[in-house]
Amino acid sequence: MKLPVSASESFVEFAGVQKSYDGEVLVVKDLSLRIRRGEFLTMLGPSGSGKTTTLMMLAGFETPTSGDIMLDGARIDSLPPEKRNIGMVFQNYALFPHMSVAQNVGYPLKVRGLPKAEIAERVAKALDMVHLGSFAARMPGQLSGGQQQRVALARALVFEPKLVLMDEPLGALDKQLREHMQMEIRHLHERLGITVVYVTHDQSEALTMSDRVAVFNAGIIQQVAPPAELYESPANSFVAQFIGENNRLPGRIEAANGTLCSVVLANGDVVTATLTDAARVGEDCLLSIRPERVKIAPPGGPLDNHFEAVVAEMIYLGDHVRVRCVLDSGADVVVKVGNVEDRPVFAVGSRIPLGWRAQDCRALDAA
Amino acid sequence: MLAPSYATPREKLSYFVFALFCALVFLFLIGPILVIMPLSFSSEPWFTYPLPGLSLRWYIDFFTDERWRIALQNSGIVALFATLIATGLGTLAALGLSRGNVPFAGLILSILISPMIVPVVIVAVAMFFGFAAVGLNNTYLGLILAHAILGTPFVVITVTATLTGFDRTLTRAAASLGASPWTAFRTITLPLIAPGVTSGALFAFVTSWDEVVVALFLASPDQRTLPRQMFSGIREQISPTITAAATLLVFFAALLMLTLELLRRRSERLRGTGG
Repeated sequence: MKLPVSASESFVEFAGVQKSYDGEVLVVKDLSLRIRRGEFLTMLGPSGSGKTTTLMMLAGFETPTSGDIMLDGARIDSLPPEKRNIGMVFQNYALFPHMSVAQNVGYPLKVRGLPKAEIAERVAKALDMVHLGSFAARMPGQLSGGQQQRVALARALVFEPKLVLMDEPLGALDKQLREHMQMEIRHLHERLGITVVYVTHDQSEALTMSDRVAVFNAGIIQQVAPPAELYESPANSFVAQFIGENNRLPGRIEAANGTLCSVVLANGDVVTATLTDAARVGEDCLLSIRPERVKIAPPGGPLDNHFEAVVAEMIYLGDHVRVRCVLDSGADVVVKVGNVEDRPVFAVGSRIPLGWRAQDCRALDAA
Repeated sequence: MLAPSYATPREKLSYFVFALFCALVFLFLIGPILVIMPLSFSSEPWFTYPLPGLSLRWYIDFFTDERWRIALQNSGIVALFATLIATGLGTLAALGLSRGNVPFAGLILSILISPMIVPVVIVAVAMFFGFAAVGLNNTYLGLILAHAILGTPFVVITVTATLTGFDRTLTRAAASLGASPWTAFRTITLPLIAPGVTSGALFAFVTSWDEVVVALFLASPDQRTLPRQMFSGIREQISPTITAAATLLVFFAALLMLTLELLRRRSERLRGTGG
């Protein structure tokens, strides 16, 4: 687990930033976030969670209602976007339709008054970087979506900005191209050492690309963590639910013993779980278990929890089979079974033994 | 328009009726103009068919007579400056109103386009009294301003229409790339809304070019424009020079339209969006 970013390491900092469009409803509530130099940070969240507004405040297209935004040690709240030297890739690419690919990529250099020869040289280099060297004379309308996206990328990088912002840049591409571009952007980031702030609502995109992910909901950052930590140790039930698949068992925490706690389910069954900061002893909670961490195993093994469940449904998905079971407490539990040669076959309606470790089962807030 | 070869007789008949109807509409629209044109080549000063003979004497008269020459010059000056003012102000108004954060935008828009709706005689009388108070009657400036007011609504409407299809993230993109608001407007917004601006300017020009009522009220003989000259020509001594002037004006307008259409197609082709 990475330690929190200290003030001296921070390249971009939001300090107590609030944003309201109408003076009543806060779209972004008390946002504090530090981003390291060279980091790839993704803002992830459902639509309306405040992630795009946060990005727009960083770009300078929205002003915070209160709070400070710092870039490289200087306050930028009152700096207009054109003075911030931040590259931006927009969702719909925002290429200038009346300019050729080369003119588009050369635009930021031209408005900076660079000599023609240098512009031509740097444009050629930027286009080579995104494998579009031979497309310089084309108009944007003559390019495919993926090619347009690369032009937008080259244009945002050609003036060597300190920071590059990307607002769902791959949203309009089909799945295969999107995965390809994810890797390409990731490699560009590694090669150029730039700081990237990326906005998406696609959790797999966030997990694949980022150094750290900030999960937004209702204008509040729910958790900022590297992808593995986000998946393995979600801080609250929103994050657990939003990132990956998740089994949810409602219960009440009866007692705690160090990091472990006993949770009583609706029918009186007791589960041993990991206690988190999101839940308190004596209160209702939601247990969260990833489907691949639930085992089909009879009691007596190394697992901390053992229960019987009725098989309700089997869904074949090629590389794995999802078995939906119902516990005696009435809660659904989905189990992922790998499609190996000796995979057990169950009849719907039969009772099977399930088990899981206490450390894979986290007691989170009941929200 | 021809009926396809597989059409049934019934379909062929309906195609024929449709084509005939279209031809009649066209005849109704441009017939009166076409009737005037041959008269301008008549060798005698009567408006009669068949033509007694062919000559270019009325065209020679148009270009040599001092009154027509001055009228042509006045029309050109007034229309040019009125168009520049109307295009500048109308474009700015349309840009401002389409930002979406203007209070009473609907009301402001209706006031801006009211010169197009209010009967022109009323506008002319109002201007006559209004301009008299500030000494603008019988001046070029007064006539130019009056025509600019009449032309502005066309620019506002055409530019507003173009702006509805304009992607505002483009100006944001330009800003993020380091362009100041003015540079972004000059290099991105203006080239992309140019078709709307030019057609608005064309309408403003034509409005001033053939405007007679306001000219009658505001202009002294020194600022006599072409339509005004034609108007008094008809009342005082009816001369076929008017038909020559009319024919030239029609060709001029047609040429203007054609040029603009070609320019529009060219810019669309450059943008790679044209069909």
